[in-house]
Amino acid sequence: MSNHPIIRVQHAVKSFGSITAVNDVSFDVRAGEIFAFLGPNGAGKTTTIKMLTTLLRPTSGSLELDGLDPATHQTEVRRRFGVVFQDPSLDSELTAWENMDIHGVLYHVPRQIRRERCETLLKMFELWERRDDLVKTFSGGMKRRLEIARGLLHTPKVLFLDEPTLGLDPQSRNQMWTLVRNLSKVEGVTVFLTTHYMDEADRVADRIAVIDHGRIVAIGSSSELKQQTGTDSLEAAFLALTGTTIRDESATAADQMRQVARVWRR
Amino acid sequence: MTVVFILWLREVKKYLRSRVQIVASLGGPLMYLGVLGFGLGPVFRRAGEGSYIQFMAPGVIGMTVLFTAMFSGIAMLWDRQFGFLKETLVAPVPRLAIMIGRTLGGATVAVLQGTLIFVVTLIAGFRPVSVVAVPLAFLLIALIAVIFSALATAIGSSLKEMQGFQMVMNFLVMPTFFLSGAIYPLEGLPRVLGALTRVDPLTYGVDGVRGVLIGRTHFGVALDVAVLLGVGVLFVLFGAWRFSKIEA
Repeated sequence: MSNHPIIRVQHAVKSFGSITAVNDVSFDVRAGEIFAFLGPNGAGKTTTIKMLTTLLRPTSGSLELDGLDPATHQTEVRRRFGVVFQDPSLDSELTAWENMDIHGVLYHVPRQIRRERCETLLKMFELWERRDDLVKTFSGGMKRRLEIARGLLHTPKVLFLDEPTLGLDPQSRNQMWTLVRNLSKVEGVTVFLTTHYMDEADRVADRIAVIDHGRIVAIGSSSELKQQTGTDSLEAAFLALTGTTIRDESATAADQMRQVARVWRR
Repeated sequence: MTVVFILWLREVKKYLRSRVQIVASLGGPLMYLGVLGFGLGPVFRRAGEGSYIQFMAPGVIGMTVLFTAMFSGIAMLWDRQFGFLKETLVAPVPRLAIMIGRTLGGATVAVLQGTLIFVVTLIAGFRPVSVVAVPLAFLLIALIAVIFSALATAIGSSLKEMQGFQMVMNFLVMPTFFLSGAIYPLEGLPRVLGALTRVDPLTYGVDGVRGVLIGRTHFGVALDVAVLLGVGVLFVLFGAWRFSKIEA
C-alpha cells in the first residue's frame, strides 16, 4: 500500500439549480482501505459517488481518481473503477454468466482472461452453480453479490458500493460484509462505500466520513469518531454529529419509478 | 465493434427468450388483419379497389414494425432506472457505440416480428406479386425498423417517467399508424388529411412495401426509398444526440 491517495477530493461543490447537494467537500481515500461515507438521506453521498464515477461534473473544486480527473479523463477513469449503484443495474432477462460476459466485453477484457475472471469471481461470490440461470430468478442478496462480482471483473483499483445492503435481510447483509472485507485482502481493491447503517460502517470500514447537508462533519476511524463526540457507540456519534431531525425529501421522478417497480415486482 | 455486436446480441437474445411476449404482441396486428381485413373486404371490393387483404397486409406489417420498434423505447426508460442502461453508461466505451448497438438490436427485433406477421398474412391469403419482391420488401422494412427504433431511443433518452410514454403512445405512435395509409388508400383524401399523411414517415414505408409486394404505389418506390433513407439518417443522428445527453 502506498501513501499516495487513490482518491483525492478538494473543495468539491455540486449544485442543482438553487440546491447545493455537495458543499465544499474535501477528503482523501488511501489505496487499499475500506472507506465509508455515512450520512442521512439526501446528505450528498450519491452525488459525490456520481462525480467520482464520471456521471456528474462538479460545479467547482477538483476530484482525482488514481491521479486522473474524472471530468476530463472519462474513459481512463472508467477503466479504473467498478461500481454498484443504489438501484440494480443487472439485466434480469439474461443469465448471471451473460451479465458478467457483457461487462467483460464493455471493459475490453480479453476473452481468455474474461473466462477465468468470471469463474473465479462467480465462485468467490457463491454464484457459480447458478451461472446459467436467469437473473430474475435470483434473490435480492444474490443479485447484489452478482453486481459486486461484475464490478470486479475488470480488476478495478476502486470499487464503489452505493448502499449495497439496502433492502437485504440480516443474513445476506452479514454475508455481504464478510465478502467485502475479504475483497480488499484478496483483490487488493480500495472500497468506497456509502451506507446509513452505522453498525455496518463500524464493522467494515477502516475510516469513516460523516456527511450531512453536503458537508463533511467528521472524518476518521470509528474509535476516533466516538472519541471526538464523547459517545460510546457509532450510532450515538452519528446522531451527535448530524442531529435527530428526520430528513424529508421531495419525491423525484426516480422515487416515483421506484414505487412503480415495487408494485410490479410484487 | 464488439461492443456494438454484444449489445445487439443482447436485444436479440432477450427477444427470442420472451416467447409469451412474442405471441402476445401478435394480438394487435392479427386483430386488424382479421377483423378489419375481412370485415371491410366486401366494401373495398365493391368500391372497385380489389382485395382488401392484399391492400392492407403491407400496412399491418408496417404497423407491427412500428409498434415493436417503439416499444424498445419503453424498455429503455425502464432500463435506465432499474436496469442495465447505467451499467453501459459508466463503461469505458463511447456512448455512440452503445446507442448504435441498442438501436440496431431494437430494429432487428422489429424486423423479426415483422417477418412473423408477414408469414401470418400469407396464411390469411396475402399473395405478393413475385418471390423476388420479398427480399426487396424486407430492405424497406429494415429501414422502417431503424427509423422508429432510433426515434424510440431519442424518446427513451428524453423522458424521465413511465407516464410520459402513455403520451407518446397516444399522440405519436397511434397517429403515425393511422395517418400512414396502412388501412386506407391515399388517393382522393381530404386536403388536411392528405397533407398529414405526407409528413408521416411510415406512409412512405408502407407505400414502398406495398409498391414492391403488390405493385400498387402512390409516390413511387424510388421516392419512398429516398424519403426513408433521409429520415433514417436524420432520426439516427437525433437519437444519438439525445442519447449522448442522458444524465444517469
